[in-house]
Amino acid sequence: MWKFSIRRIMIMIPQVILLSIIVFMLAKMMPGDALTGLIDPNVDPNTIAEKREELGLNDPWYEQYTRWVAGVFTGDLGQSFHFKMPVSELVWQRIVNSFWLSLLTLVLTYLIAIPLGITSGRYNDSWADRLITGYTYIGFAAPLFIFALVMLWIFGFHLGWFPTGGSVKPGLTPGTFEYVMSKLYHMLLPALSMALITTVSTVQYLRSEIIDTKQKDFILTARAKGASESRVYNRHILRNSLLPIAAFFGYEITGLIGGSIFIENIFGYPGMGQLFLNSILLRDYSVVTSLVLLFGILTILGTLLSDIILSLVDPRIRIK
Amino acid sequence: MSYLEVKDLKVHFPVKGGLFGRTLAHIKAVDGVNFSIEKGKTYGLVGESGSGKTTTGRAIIGLNKITSGQVFFEGQDITNLNKANKDIRRDIQMIFQDPYSSLNPKKRVIDIISEPLRNYEKLTKGEETKRVQELLELVGLNPESILKYPHEFSGGQRQRIGIARAIALKPKLIIADEPVSALDVSVQAQVLNFMKEIQKELGLTYLFISHDLGVIKHMCDQIGIMYKGRYVESGTKEDIFNHPQHIYTKRLVAAIPDMNPRNRQQHLQFRQEVKNEYEQAYNQYFDDEGLAFQLQPVSDTHLVALPEKG
Amino acid sequence: MSEPILKIDNLRTSFRIKDDYYPAVDGVSLTVNKNELLAIVGESGCGKSALAFSIMNLHSRAKIEGNINFKGQNIVNLPTSKLNKLRGKDMGMIFQDPLTALNPLMIIGEQIGEILLIHGTNSAEKRKERVLELLNKVGIPRPEHVFNQFPHELSGGMRQRVVIAMAIANNPELLIADEPTTALDVTIQSQILDLIKELKEESGAGVILITHDLGVVAEMADRVAVMYAGQIVEIADVYTLFENPLHPYTRSLLNSVPTANEEQSTLHVIQGVVPALQNLPREGCRFGARIPWIADSAHEKNPQLHEVSPGHFVRCTCYKDFHFPDRDKEGNRHVVS
Ligand SMILES: Nc1ncnc2c1ncn2[C@@H]1O[C@H](COP(=O)(O)OP(=O)(O)OP(=O)(O)O)[C@@H](O)[C@H]1O
Ligand SMILES: Nc1ncnc2c1ncn2[C@@H]1O[C@H](COP(=O)(O)OP(=O)(O)OP(=O)(O)O)[C@@H](O)[C@H]1O
Ligand code: SF4
Ligand SMILES: [Mg+2]
Ligand SMILES: [Mg+2]
Repeated sequence: MWKFSIRRIMIMIPQVILLSIIVFMLAKMMPGDALTGLIDPNVDPNTIAEKREELGLNDPWYEQYTRWVAGVFTGDLGQSFHFKMPVSELVWQRIVNSFWLSLLTLVLTYLIAIPLGITSGRYNDSWADRLITGYTYIGFAAPLFIFALVMLWIFGFHLGWFPTGGSVKPGLTPGTFEYVMSKLYHMLLPALSMALITTVSTVQYLRSEIIDTKQKDFILTARAKGASESRVYNRHILRNSLLPIAAFFGYEITGLIGGSIFIENIFGYPGMGQLFLNSILLRDYSVVTSLVLLFGILTILGTLLSDIILSLVDPRIRIK
Repeated sequence: MSYLEVKDLKVHFPVKGGLFGRTLAHIKAVDGVNFSIEKGKTYGLVGESGSGKTTTGRAIIGLNKITSGQVFFEGQDITNLNKANKDIRRDIQMIFQDPYSSLNPKKRVIDIISEPLRNYEKLTKGEETKRVQELLELVGLNPESILKYPHEFSGGQRQRIGIARAIALKPKLIIADEPVSALDVSVQAQVLNFMKEIQKELGLTYLFISHDLGVIKHMCDQIGIMYKGRYVESGTKEDIFNHPQHIYTKRLVAAIPDMNPRNRQQHLQFRQEVKNEYEQAYNQYFDDEGLAFQLQPVSDTHLVALPEKG
Repeated sequence: MSEPILKIDNLRTSFRIKDDYYPAVDGVSLTVNKNELLAIVGESGCGKSALAFSIMNLHSRAKIEGNINFKGQNIVNLPTSKLNKLRGKDMGMIFQDPLTALNPLMIIGEQIGEILLIHGTNSAEKRKERVLELLNKVGIPRPEHVFNQFPHELSGGMRQRVVIAMAIANNPELLIADEPTTALDVTIQSQILDLIKELKEESGAGVILITHDLGVVAEMADRVAVMYAGQIVEIADVYTLFENPLHPYTRSLLNSVPTANEEQSTLHVIQGVVPALQNLPREGCRFGARIPWIADSAHEKNPQLHEVSPGHFVRCTCYKDFHFPDRDKEGNRHVVS
């Protein structure tokens, strides 16, 4: 087990290095550089050139890259020219917001997926199953951002049940109960919108896992033991079908990153997704590259997590 | 000189592991096997699951890499068959264990059977069809079924298609890896009869792999018993069935059900006795790793892996 | 002495194919007595498993009609809650493939323990004690260790022993074994069969052993039922069946086994194949198509089981006229012209 995880992590290292090189190259290919934003356009081009030399922007790419990596390791991700503050500080605020939003989305995703998937798989070909399958088809077909806009319009603007922007009501002191509730309240609609769409793949996956497991020979064994229907489901079918779902968890995180870019922008929620899109629009490249790197690392971590979970819960892999 | 001769054949598979997938150890799937087959005869290879029967067969026709040892066919060294000349390769064909999965379900019968023909002979479309029809007729299938797919045939018929493919190039030696294990008794009888028939007709030599001693007894002239990659005994059918010497062989022979229900009590007792003997004498007949010793002759035809003297 | 524990009467199990139901078990009647091993033989697809599964009601979608009398009640279409009191307690089942019959995510101890728990052994300690006892009984070395192992850590033979331990956990009165050794090696096969026999003798349970290996039947059975195309075509005690087989199908089967023949001769082959369920003739004798050298006029119209001697039933009246194509009625070989 440990060997397995360590090996996975070892495989991860070159992935991250490769990712960082790609990100760095992309940043270099984009028009302008760190100075373009910092320096007043009226300044003499000679001074800029000097400054460039001084900052080492004319050095070969690998030297710049090494310096950049050293920076990343010490937490220096550069300066955001738009917000006029270090990228690391800026990102940190947003990470916290995004983290809570993602967590709530995940919880909702599973709250929806597990009962629906189980019902659909257990009573497949019933009307309930058809209804649920119908919903998953709609979920697959509907683009997330359109669905989110519709949700925002109905529940935010039209019915006015939920706030339409921000992450907390202004003026509340952090740490108070009201503050927490307000945060939750602000997150609920975006999280639900995203969960309703992203959950469909999990519902379908769980459904087909259950239908598959139902036909396994060991289920016959369980029935031949005299196990009641509920016991057959709870002890044998669910346990064996939820396992791959658990392993899916890490990949779910990857999906959330993509989704959050849409959701946070539509709901005006100050998280990393919103920051990402804004920074692109504002050409705040140091922020963009940092975020790409971060998203990339999260994706790789998600995959790693999936593998580790799978190896934890499945004895057939665990033993090796 | 025998027709096919296998000398000290070893096939070891590396076991990869550790952080960097290094080779940690070797599975000695076949570990020093010697035997020879005479022309026109059937040689039976018996042993429990995982004893290395399939690996031996695959190594002979070059599907598994030979770690060491030599294989001679008609006096020619064919150990590295890939490099050897093409004609030898077509002389040896293999029939696979499972008639359900060894035929590509997406291919029609004509494509399955003519595949070896296409590799070795340049025939026109018309000639090819004619050859395939002849082959189908030879294996007792309707020549009109050339356009059917494997799933449209029963298990026995599928195994015949496999045989038709194997004999398409008029081979001299056929390696049959458990050709009837997946089949029902009556279908099994069909395939066995047929294999004997074409053996006579085409003068074929068989290496017949099976773990069913009833079938082996029916088909084979010479028999080799494998255990964990090594031979424990070899000899004529008479030697093996009537005078088994190694405890493992005795155990196998005792496990064959007796078709007369009146003998069952006696037979059960016999089986128990052999089992007890096996358990008691185990350390005597196998080395510290549980492997068999070197073969020693007990008669002109009969070799047994008896413990070394002393 | 012969006290029946299972009495099947005119059982018919039909599967739905497209829009119609087709019987895979078609009017089977038989009894199993205490301390008796009844073997059911027949070629692949003749309905052996369908019959076994019907007794335990393990089919997910099948129409079951007729009577199965077990312990004084008809268990056909018994509500699942009532059936569950019998399954695993009074009747146990051993499946064909030990590789897939065990839950891959449960340790052996838990899987065997479950059957005890379901039928009322609530104390975990008592369960463990009994599981170890059972593992010991079926000949598993180091039960304490195996208790905590997962199925994939055991060999095929060991897994089948676990399945057997499970089936006998509550001392069932009826044990059904559906090809318990087909997936195993010869040496292991004989060990498993000896074990089943030993357990039967010890507990006095009735056993139904399904197999297509006539050698196994000769070694194990007290009585034999031969099935063809969903029906029992011959049923007799084992000695009668091997010494005086009457039905053409039984005789053909016995003749196609390699060990039964003089060495090097050709084996008997039953021509043709068992038709698919949808194409089974429901009129006339089902076996007729496979012995074409016997004239149609010789066959009984709709053959019924006839008792030809006490306890020996044959579904055919013209068996006296039957002969193999290359032999005459007395069994003497002649050259086919
Ligand atoms: N390609 C391979 N790589 C690694 N190990 C292998 C490979 N092929 C076979 N083995 C191992 O070699 C041993 C012998 O296998 P082989 O298939 O020859 O046995 P067998 O006698 O044919 O058994 P069976 O009766 O089950 O077909 C087994 O332990 C098997 O796991
Ligand atoms: N669930 C099902 N739906 C439709 N047909 C089925 C079903 N199960 C079995 N059958 C058919 O019923 C017939 C009897 O099948 P069964 O499995 O009982 O055969 P068997 O005698 O056990 O054969 P084997 O020796 O191959 O196990 C076959 O024709 C089979 O195709
Ligand atoms: S009635 Fe005819 S076809 Fe039917 S079993 Fe008897 S001999 Fe065979
Ligand atoms: Mg093999
Ligand atoms: Mg079956």
